[in-house]
Amino acid sequence: MEKKELTCVVCPFGCLLEVEVDDNNDVTSVKGNTCNRGVKYAQTEIKDPRRNICSTVKVTGSKDTYIVPVKTSSEIPKDKIFDCMEQINNATIPVPVHIGDIVIKNILDTGVDILATNNVLE
Amino acid sequence: MLVIIGAGPAGMAAALKAREEGIPDKEIIIIERAKSPGGILEQCIHTGFGLHYFKEEISGPEYAARFIEELEKTDIEILCDTMVTQITPSRKVTAMSKEKGLIEIQADAIILAMGCRERPRGALDIAGTRPAGVMTAGTAQQFINIEGYMPGHTCVILGSGDIGLIMARRMTLEGAKVKKVCELLPFSGGLKRNIVQCLDDYNIPLELSTTVVEVHGKDRLTGVTTAKVDENLKPIPGTEEYIECDTLLLSVGLIPENEVSKFAGVQLDPKTKGPIVDDMRETSVKGIFACGNVLQVHDLVDFVTMESQIAGKGAAEFIKNKDREKAYATTVPGDRVNYIVPQKVTVPVKENLNFYFRVKNEYKNKKIGFYINGEKVYEKKERKLAPGEMNNLLIKQEVLKGLKENDEITISVEEA
Repeated sequence: MEKKELTCVVCPFGCLLEVEVDDNNDVTSVKGNTCNRGVKYAQTEIKDPRRNICSTVKVTGSKDTYIVPVKTSSEIPKDKIFDCMEQINNATIPVPVHIGDIVIKNILDTGVDILATNNVLE
Repeated sequence: MLVIIGAGPAGMAAALKAREEGIPDKEIIIIERAKSPGGILEQCIHTGFGLHYFKEEISGPEYAARFIEELEKTDIEILCDTMVTQITPSRKVTAMSKEKGLIEIQADAIILAMGCRERPRGALDIAGTRPAGVMTAGTAQQFINIEGYMPGHTCVILGSGDIGLIMARRMTLEGAKVKKVCELLPFSGGLKRNIVQCLDDYNIPLELSTTVVEVHGKDRLTGVTTAKVDENLKPIPGTEEYIECDTLLLSVGLIPENEVSKFAGVQLDPKTKGPIVDDMRETSVKGIFACGNVLQVHDLVDFVTMESQIAGKGAAEFIKNKDREKAYATTVPGDRVNYIVPQKVTVPVKENLNFYFRVKNEYKNKKIGFYINGEKVYEKKERKLAPGEMNNLLIKQEVLKGLKENDEITISVEEA
């Protein structure tokens, strides 16, 4: 058994978690969390750390801007962040773009989409 | 006419609330310096916004869009590309735009919602040359997220507030090498989650009690010299380290932008650098209200929205009843507390009140004591307190109902 300290990144409170992990790398206990999301965070963070990423994608046909901000529809595995960034940097989307539009579907077969987070209508 | 200065999250929330409180659309105008509404949220493309207010985590542009879309459904005018140059104590607003020239509006009430500015290099007195490549973190954020332009390849960041941390990650994601983040103080002012997911995730070192003492380079930045500082925040000779980099980002504090407020005679709090306000966010000048980062620098936009709704409601009530006189109790920061907003409370108190405050240092397992004239009337345990995280204490009306003019409210952080 091993004790680990983690800072929960689910919300801005950033609870300091005391996590106990057994020999199979399974979480056996979590202390210090304010809500249940902290327990779930500790479990995934130990086994399969994931993060949301935000960036921008090139827009064509707009008179006001060259880029539109985007985000992952849910968390992607931490070790795929830079591969995802490469895809995002190679993508282009024409106007009009609406919040929530899918810019890249199922990026790197993660099941996660890249979504626009601003409107570029013209 | 209700004139709101600034169409960021504060101005937009205040406008919508004033409308809800019965001010007709045509009697509300928002004046915005930029080409479009949204304020600083437009360049804050990371998520982390809205957890309190919308109960979901969204990005800055998405948060702004929700208010922009609400406003588009109304007849409230947003005058963009227009700069307010002056407001007077009698609430005359002067503004300018390329399209309309000089504009003068006699306002019934004004809501100040201009936000804040970053402290620039000039405020830091860093020795050395004056090359390109030294900029505030927010400037870099605008370059990358709005203009689509990378400001550098190798980078040192001075200041570990949230913007500095967020930009460390953003620069890294876009292929730059962030060599280190230096923090003058022995602790970071940023949220813990941002230290984890912006620095630790990318193995970017955070060096506490460290500052930049010299900037090198003729045309473009070639490097910086950092040094450890002692407990008086003075550089320690012999600890200097030269770091090669082409970009230095400064994330060294935000200052409410109160140039026009000062001309109107609005009194400022030396601690918050924003106006002194009452519980409705009315400043020392009758009919002039303030909310958002121009009032106090916030960490979370959700609190900006809530604060601005108070100001919107306050301004609406003022317009309906301009002759009302107010009597005040005052709030005074107690032990380990740096400031409290509001600084004044209208008596008698008719509803529950939220008090926002920041502490002076990092504390663990303490109690927050709420006193009226030296007598403790409420206390609450806090597991952890930090200057970088604004605290919010909700006090029930029944605790405050006996409050009289000139009474003194104190909030202290004490041993549990």
